[in-house]
Amino acid sequence: MVTQAVPTEQAIWEALRTINDPELPIAITDLGLIREVEVEGARVRVTIVPTFSACPAIGVIQQDIRAQVLTLPGVEEVEVQLSFAEPWTMKRMTERGREQLRQHGLSVPPRLGGGEVTCPFCGSTNTTLENPFGTTLCRSIYYCRDCKNPIERFRPPSD
Amino acid sequence: MNLAQSPLSRRDDLRAALAGYLLALADDELILGHRHSEWTGFAPDIESDVALSSVAQEEIGHALLFYERAGDLLGGTPDDLAYGRSPEAFRNAVLLERPNGDWDFSIMRTFLYDRADAVRLDGLVGGPVESLADLAKTLRREEKYHLLYGEQWLRRLAAATPQSKQRVQAALDGAWAEAQGLFDPVEDQDDLVQAGAIRTGFDAQRRLWHGQVGAILESAGLRAPGAVTGRSAGFDGRVGRHTDDLRVLLEEMTSVRRTEPGAKW
Repeated sequence: MVTQAVPTEQAIWEALRTINDPELPIAITDLGLIREVEVEGARVRVTIVPTFSACPAIGVIQQDIRAQVLTLPGVEEVEVQLSFAEPWTMKRMTERGREQLRQHGLSVPPRLGGGEVTCPFCGSTNTTLENPFGTTLCRSIYYCRDCKNPIERFRPPSD
Repeated sequence: MNLAQSPLSRRDDLRAALAGYLLALADDELILGHRHSEWTGFAPDIESDVALSSVAQEEIGHALLFYERAGDLLGGTPDDLAYGRSPEAFRNAVLLERPNGDWDFSIMRTFLYDRADAVRLDGLVGGPVESLADLAKTLRREEKYHLLYGEQWLRRLAAATPQSKQRVQAALDGAWAEAQGLFDPVEDQDDLVQAGAIRTGFDAQRRLWHGQVGAILESAGLRAPGAVTGRSAGFDGRVGRHTDDLRVLLEEMTSVRRTEPGAKW
């Protein structure tokens, strides 16, 4: 008798942890994009919660998930669906994800929103908003009055 | 979930009205998004260049999500709906197809539209078509940045110099009549209100909007004219009666697709 490999939910989560966001240098699991993984025999369904619904990276993320999960033994079909049933908030991002964004030079707001804008270069809070819009939908631009550097700050959807 | 499976959109009498309303939402976002994108590289300062490019990207992304849902009911991909229809099939308000003109008009238009859009999204949140209600709730959070942007510029222009104030007032007076058309209903929109898919009728929404924009305009020292009741006069984008500006816009927007139909890149 040939034993058919059956994908486990855990194996799928492991695979998802290896996928980075195309616009941020952290894993999509650390960004908190994955809402649910369902396995039904050889069929897998992954439900994601986008940070911004109009984020142009969503299509790439869906493709990456599909390609990665399809490499697992026993997986024949992968569906990646978007969910807007609950909003994406800063609480979904892991502490590791926050630390990686900071190391990358981004200022990161606290889990519960608000708070001072700390310069990722010199640690000063003597900063000012230059533009609520930035290089991607999830970034805004500040300026550090002490070290004179422009700062990119991760910008979650407004509450 | 496919929107076509929702109990409400399975009712034959409501399906066409819901599809029309979704197209109005999508077309508004697409057409204004396209107009905003025309400021890329030409805005008065680099912050606005980045801001309007970002807002354009977001509006067009929102249009995509509404086209997907309209496509559940009508068939066709979002690209087919965005690029494959003739001007009279578009349901966007006429105000949004007008050329950008000067900065005053662009700021005034986005201020008037974003407030109207917020009122409209409020009317969908908590409704019985789940995939639409959830989306409206999500979009409302994202659109807050647009609201703040338009309002902040409006106040800046109204407070800078007598000339800038006079110009922004003229932009308001010029945009006002067609702004009323933002609330003109699509065909059978009343049936959607009766079925609870939209919480409030179009006249009630327009009154709410008028109260909100009126208060902001007044606090900025500008004069808000009165709002109309019932369907607005003149062109009516919600039933496909557009100005020639839309034809010109679509001709440009679809030119690449038309040179090589079906091309992948």
